[in-house]
Amino acid sequence: MTDQFEPVIIGFTCNWCSYRAADMAGTSRMKYPPNIRLIRLMCSGRLDPTFILKAFAGGADAVLVSGCHPGDCHYIEQNYKALRRFHLLKRVITQMGIEPQRLKLLWASAAEGAIFTNEVTKFTEEIRALGPLNWPTSGDAEKMFAVPEQMAVQEVAA
Amino acid sequence: MSTNGKPKFAMYWAASCGGCEIAVLNIHEKILDVDANFEVVFWPVAMDAKYKDVEAMEDGSILLTLFNGAIRNDENEHIAKLLRRKSKLLVAFGSCANEGCMPALANLSPMHEIIDTAFHTISTDNPEGIHPQTTYTVPEGVIHIPTMYPIVRTLDQVVPVDYYMPGCPPESHQVGAVIDLVVQVLQGKAELPPAGSVIGAGNSTVCDECKRTRDEKKIKAFKRIQEIVIDPTLCLLEQGVLCSGPATRSGCTALCPAAGSPCIGCYGPAEGVIDYGSRLLSAVASVIDSDDPDEIDQILDGIPDPAGMLYRFNMAGSLLRASKPAWLGK
Repeated sequence: MTDQFEPVIIGFTCNWCSYRAADMAGTSRMKYPPNIRLIRLMCSGRLDPTFILKAFAGGADAVLVSGCHPGDCHYIEQNYKALRRFHLLKRVITQMGIEPQRLKLLWASAAEGAIFTNEVTKFTEEIRALGPLNWPTSGDAEKMFAVPEQMAVQEVAA
Repeated sequence: MSTNGKPKFAMYWAASCGGCEIAVLNIHEKILDVDANFEVVFWPVAMDAKYKDVEAMEDGSILLTLFNGAIRNDENEHIAKLLRRKSKLLVAFGSCANEGCMPALANLSPMHEIIDTAFHTISTDNPEGIHPQTTYTVPEGVIHIPTMYPIVRTLDQVVPVDYYMPGCPPESHQVGAVIDLVVQVLQGKAELPPAGSVIGAGNSTVCDECKRTRDEKKIKAFKRIQEIVIDPTLCLLEQGVLCSGPATRSGCTALCPAAGSPCIGCYGPAEGVIDYGSRLLSAVASVIDSDDPDEIDQILDGIPDPAGMLYRFNMAGSLLRASKPAWLGK
């Protein structure tokens, strides 16, 4: 056992390209860090930004959004919607004080298992270097509604 | 305290502006129904009462309490807990109690910045640099003012809430309808909705109530209403005006869009929406008319304060609740 910080990364993949890239990595026995937890959606356009905020609020240190390359979407153009939402969400999380590099967008086709593993490895190391996010609402559901210690009463400075 | 046998009614304001009280008084002669059916025991804006009077009441003795305002300081929290104990039905009344509203936009800033802005910026005449103290000794003894919390919270983040009544403020016709319902319940002619329900509002979105024509949304630039001549019949979002209708609960009859002003989201998240801002973000971003990352960024520059815009009424009720500098205190 080491004391190295192991980031928790939530990865949203699309059924047709990026999940298959991860699948390809698996069947080709390519290795990548186990820090990423992949969630398969039908399309990156299905990715409600709520899911991303829920990940951060629930204790994730970073979120990867991945889908088909521009022009390759199985549903014609939904990955462009994901792209636009990603750009706006990045601005919002920056205002909320979350380092923007904690949210990453990756296009990966079904054949790009190697790209997927390289990028996930690189991303994990970047987040490891950045340190934990520890959003105070994380933990069990009840804790979400309790006042976290950081939010508890403080005297107003004189 | 004297009692006339009628069920007891209370209304309180925590961190709020007073608009909710005006909305209640705006029900006009229906206010007489409130008087006819209830004994008003506590309503600081309308009558004189002391906190110790409320403390002396039996637990659960108030039938209905309309609580407006967010939880900004320890006084707000104390009264929220006190009224919860004394009330059978506690209603989060208005946007502040439901989701934080304007007071919760302070959750984007650390407390010292808020204090600095209030006491040390150019708009404040404070040459001696006086700061508020929570306790102060005077010859007569020690006096206290409420202690401000670093993070604004909604009512249900502090105490359990029976019903939610959204709006900034709740529309008077909705207030009237809820009063009618409660009076009918008292007379045994109706039943209360299930606990935890949203009352006095619709189950759909503002867009659903909006009479403007909707076509295909493609936005090349975000504009503010003073920069363009608004087409009186076309969807405002299609004209590039950031309208919060797609994410906002119905119930107001789409008053603002009807008047040519975009919905700003005061009725809070529509049914089933977990995080108001991300739902609105999703709706707004997806109609940007560009596939090029640089151009998308350029178009997004037209929204100068995305977090404040998307969570204008919902910061305290959002998933993240406050910015990191605010909860870290630096």
